[in-house]
Formats: sequence, structure tokens, C-alpha cells
Amino acid sequence: MSDHESRPIVALVDAARHFGPVRALDGVSLAVNPGDCIGLVGHNGAGKSTLVNLINGGFAPTSGTIGFGVGETALAAGVRSVFQELSLCPNLTVAENLRISHTSLSGLNWRRAARAEIRQSLDTIFPGHGIDADAEVDTLSIAQRQMVEIAIGFAPRGSMARLVILDEPTSSLDAGIADQLLTHVGRFCAGGGAVIFISHMLGEVFEVASRIVVLKDGKVVAEGEADDFTRKGLVDAMGHVAPEAGDVAVTAREFGPEILRTGQGLAARKGEIVGLSGLAGHGQAEALAQLYLSQSSAWRADRTARAAFVAGDRQRDGVLPLWSILRNISISVLRQCARGGLVERQAEAGIAENWRRRIGIRTYDVTNPILSLSGGNQQKALFARALASPAPVVIMDDPMRGVDVGTKQDVYAMIRDEAAKGRTFLWYSTETEEVCQCDRVFVFRNDEISAELSGADITEEKILQASFAMQEAS
Amino acid sequence: MNILLRHRIILPVVSLAVLLAATFYMQPRAMSYFGLNLLFNLAVPIALATIAQMMIIMVNDIDLSLGTFVSLAACVTATFLNDAPILGLAILLALILSYALLGAMIHAFELPAIVVTLGMSFVWGGLALFILPLPGGVSPGWLRALMTVKPPFAPMAVVAPIIIAAVTHLLIVRSGIGTVLRGVGGNARSVQRAGWPVIWLKALAYGLAGLFGVLAGMALVGLTTSADANIALRYTLLSIAGVILGGGEFTGGKVSPAGAVIGALTLTLAASFLSFMRLSPDWQIGAQGAILILVLTARLIFSRKGAGT
Repeated sequence: MSDHESRPIVALVDAARHFGPVRALDGVSLAVNPGDCIGLVGHNGAGKSTLVNLINGGFAPTSGTIGFGVGETALAAGVRSVFQELSLCPNLTVAENLRISHTSLSGLNWRRAARAEIRQSLDTIFPGHGIDADAEVDTLSIAQRQMVEIAIGFAPRGSMARLVILDEPTSSLDAGIADQLLTHVGRFCAGGGAVIFISHMLGEVFEVASRIVVLKDGKVVAEGEADDFTRKGLVDAMGHVAPEAGDVAVTAREFGPEILRTGQGLAARKGEIVGLSGLAGHGQAEALAQLYLSQSSAWRADRTARAAFVAGDRQRDGVLPLWSILRNISISVLRQCARGGLVERQAEAGIAENWRRRIGIRTYDVTNPILSLSGGNQQKALFARALASPAPVVIMDDPMRGVDVGTKQDVYAMIRDEAAKGRTFLWYSTETEEVCQCDRVFVFRNDEISAELSGADITEEKILQASFAMQEAS
Repeated sequence: MNILLRHRIILPVVSLAVLLAATFYMQPRAMSYFGLNLLFNLAVPIALATIAQMMIIMVNDIDLSLGTFVSLAACVTATFLNDAPILGLAILLALILSYALLGAMIHAFELPAIVVTLGMSFVWGGLALFILPLPGGVSPGWLRALMTVKPPFAPMAVVAPIIIAAVTHLLIVRSGIGTVLRGVGGNARSVQRAGWPVIWLKALAYGLAGLFGVLAGMALVGLTTSADANIALRYTLLSIAGVILGGGEFTGGKVSPAGAVIGALTLTLAASFLSFMRLSPDWQIGAQGAILILVLTARLIFSRKGAGT
């Protein structure tokens, strides 16, 4: 190995980044060498996104240094990032999106070159992806967009990708596609590339990472070979203690009368947690959206909402980006804390503050803009919005995307708590672990319900069977 | 997949074809070289102004000063460009650069474009009045000749929009830099992350708008042979309507240059069509609005259906 190849691709020495009084990153030293696959874990707000932004040149460090193996900037050094918040241009085609980040594509026939490059990258990482290079991105599903974004990250783009940072890359992919990605990451690192892999799914981190770095409150609290960590040790290092799997067994409860039933066969009783499962993109999100719209959209709406919605795609139908955290939470309860058509500010602030504490949104002031929060904390604010409303039905469209393990446990507990008080939850999730929290599960396949499981029947095995049965038969 | 959603250009083309057929039905004599020239004569400057507006809408802004800007360009063309071509050219160039600077400022200080351009409309309008307090001025001879040239087969009023559409299509849809510019409208943050200086891209988009605005003013003077400080005030709203009619959207960088030109032609034709119907000019603006609403409703219905299937 020559000297050039053995130099670290990027080396941080005591790098820190402060936002006013908030120390988002508080002195981190990290060297990424060719062939490394670093698993970066930590709960929401631990400083992962800030670290990524320092490495890829999004922020300059407040103190400390960042050095690159080749060139002066992250771009020249071959550092690429795939973000958790989807960052494609939805109005352009897949190939045109490659052009945006491939500045050296030129000439009259750049389109053909772009098409060939993105196709090859997609074929390499996701064989059998079925994505047309000329399709406009806003016609693609969220999983397909994520695949395109990953493919652009690994595409050569005139030079070559040396370090690819993947921030929650599998959160909207189903298991099969996520496996393809993990396989490719392994291949890429074996070929001398490096990957920083950020995920809340610890299983994936163990599967792919050679080295694991744990961040907590802006500092590296643990670092070492992946083999030296155990799942429990990792969770302990992150600062949350996850209960053992056996502890969360759902006890059988009494439910009230059936309060809704759709033409598709989706039904829910009062106080029940109903799960929707199956492979991603098999009609679960559509079923929930239809149900919600039928409950909420009417010319003459009831004074109190009949259903509340927690969005999985925060950017698209979740946060109100220009508003403060307080207003983002209180929008669902404005009718309740208004008198004579005017909002009572104190009541509104009280509700927001109460939920900030109950759900643990990491901010010192709820009047800060919502976008000042990290992704997981924004999601918490959306939960607060739905749970604060008096709606008897809460509909959740894969709400745990990019939420850390500790928060998930908090939210599970809160959901069970609210359900015990008589609220009904409809919960679509791509993670089997979450679906197993439910009282009853509907498995979707090809836009139809293929199985209804309840009680002890809710197991990963049975859900997978119902998700795949048709495909095996054909 | 809905064909109308994939090919946004179909609806504008159909609208124009229907309106054209109705016009020919009402007035068959319009179906001639001379007739077409008369029908679409004034569409050339409107098409150029619509392209200018499209450049701004492409980057998620809107320009409320375009009408006064085109008027100012027309006034400069009819006076300075005719009397002292070098100075006139320098002034027009300065106007384009000031547009680019405006774009950079709007981006750098995160100003709302709608307010800035509304303010600038008074500046442009004032300057135009300053140059030409009374209607007058003379079109440069070469410009007059260019606008009244008679190409074989099809009149200038038809050839010019086709050329404008082809050139801007190449520039905005086919070229690499055009793709990046549309990317700014779609997701400016991702363009920035890829290493593009967004401030320069915004300046470029506004600069292009300035260029096409100046061309619109020049084309207008070439047709009318003189200018007036209020000559193109209508263009602000006409250009916005043209972009939307042509399949563009206010946000998200979804624009179509060919569609914008077709939108401009449709709006011009709508005015002539209403005259053929012997509708009093008092009602024409309202009727034009009705046509606009009709087309937009059609588009909404089709896209809803497309989303439903």
C-alpha cells in the first residue's frame, strides 16, 4: 500500500462546533482510513448530524481542525453524503439529479453519460431496482428516492467516491433492499473505500461496521472494533437502557366497541393499538391517508377533531417549517385553547411546555424555530401535536423513521398509556419490532390486506409469511 | 401513468389549438400568411416577457416589476439606442446587470422577491418617465426591419415564437446549467450541498430574466415604432399568466419554456378571439380571465384524475 493510499481520507482533531450556548459537538477526534466502515451511533441530538456536516464541509468547525487526505475541500477529497432528509430535486429526472452533483459532466451529450452512470450505479447497488433514469423524482416512491440518492452517493461522478456518509440510509427501505445496500457497503469498503454508517438499527450497524463510534452530548464516549461491543454495551454507552425483549410482552386487555371499519377490512376498537405491516410501499400509507381524510375532511368539521395524524415524511406532511416548536405542537389544540375565536397565548404555551417535558424534546425554549431541532426531535414535536389533540383516533404513518432507541421506548410507553385511557392507534411501521407492540396487526400485500393477526399470533415469522406468500407461490 | 402528467406540454398545446380553431371558424380569412401575422404580431414581445418571468419563477420567485422593466427597455430602445447606439447598448447592458445584482441581493439577504420587485417597479417606471415623459421616440431602422421581415412559408409572428421556444428549451431544459438552475427551484439546499454557489445561480437566473425583458422591450418598439413609459404595464400579469398557462408552477422549479411561449400565444389569441366575437373591449379583460380559469381548472381536473389512478 503506497503512502498516498494509507493516509486517512479525513482526520478530525479536537473538532468542535457550537451554536450559541449549545455545544452540538464538543471536541471530537476521528480519523477515517481507506477500508474503514465506521458505525456512528448515538441518540437524537447527540451530535451525529453536526459531525457529518463538519466532515462534508457544511459547517466550519468553531475550533479544532479537519484535514483531508486529498485536496483541500470535502468535495475534492471524494467525501459524499447521503442525508436522512431526502435531498434530491423533485422536479428533475433521476439522471438530471446526478448532473447536479456531477459538475464535470458537460458537452452536448451529457444526458446520455448521466443516464449510463446512474443506471450502472443503481444496477451495482440495487440489482433489479426497476427505476427509470428518465423518471422525474417526484413520481418515485420514498424508498425509490432513497435508493437514487444512495446510488448518486456511490457513483464515480468524474473522480471517485472515497468516503460515503450514509445517514439513516435504510429508514425508508424494506429489509430486502436494505440487505442489498449493506452488501454493497461491505464490497465498497473491501475495495478501499470508506463508509460512515449512521443508523438507529443496531443490528445493521453490527452487520456492516468494522469500527463503532458512540457519540453522546457532542463527545465520543466509546470507540472500538465492532467485535468488542455487544448490543447491550452499545445501548448502555449511548445512555439509554433498553428493556430486554421479554419485558414488553403485550398483556391482553379489554377493548371497547369497534369504532371504525374501512371497505378494505381495516378495523379498530376503542383503546386498541392496530398495526399495519408488510413490505414497504404495499398500500399501507395510502390506506391510512384515505382513512384519515375520510375522518377529517368535511365541509362542516366537528369542533373537536375525530382523528389526529403523525406523519412519517416530516418534510412533506409533517412540520410547518417556518413556525416555532410551540406553534407546531399547539396547532392541533387551537380550538380548545381559544376563546371567542382568539387564541389564549398562556394556555397554548402551557400545553406546549407540558408536552415538551412529557415527551422530552431537546430544546431550552419552545419558541425556537422547529428546524433548529434535530430530525428525531422534530418527530417528537409531531407526536406531541397528535397526542395533545383530544382526537380519539391517532393515525401514525411510519412515525419512527430516524428516531433513536431511547426515544422509541419512551414513545411506546406513552402510546400504551394513552391506549389504556381509551384512545385508538393505527400504526404503520416498517420495523417488525414496532408492529409486535400492537394488539392486532393487518399485513398488507399488493394494496390488500393479506392477513389479520392478533395476540400471540403476532410474530415476525407470521408477518413475513403473510408479506411474501404470494411471491413465493408465483 | 397519466400521459398528461408526464407530458405537461399537451394541455397548453390543446388549449392553443382549440382557441385557434375557434378563431378560424369565426373568421376564416385569418387563416392566411397575412392574417396569422396580424393575429400573433404582438405575441412576440409577450412571449419574450413570459420567458423572462419564467426564469424568475423557475427559482421560486416572482417578478412584479417586469411590465415596467419592459417599458423602460422600450423607452431606452426608442431613444438612446436610436440616437447613440453605443450608449444605448451600454444602458441596456447595465439594466441586465442590475437584474442579476437584484437576484444576488434577494438571495444574500433572504428578501422576499415579491416585495423587492414591487419596489423596483416604481424605480423602473420612474426612469422610463424620466427618459420619455411623453409618448414618442423612434425605433432604430434595423430593429423595425428585423421585426417586419417576411420569411417564406410562415410569417415572422409565427417563426419568431418557434425560434424563442427552441432556443430557451435548449438553454433551460437540455443544457447542463439550465438543469442546475431548475434544480435551484426544486431543492436549493441540495444544489448548494453539491458545491454550486447558489448566489451566482440566482444572479444568473435573474440576469437571464433581465436579458429577455430587454429583448421584449426591443421587440415591442420594433413593432410599434415608438415607445411610451406605460407601454407594457400589462406584461407583468400577462407574463405570469403565460407561464402558468404553459404548464409551469409557482414553486418547485417546474417550468416549460415551450409551454410558456405557447401560453403567451394563447393569451394574445384570446384577445383577438374576443374581438372577433364583437365583445366590447370593456369586457375583454374579464373574458381573458375566464379563459385562464377555464384552462387551469382543466389542468387541475386532469392532474387530480392522474393522481387518483
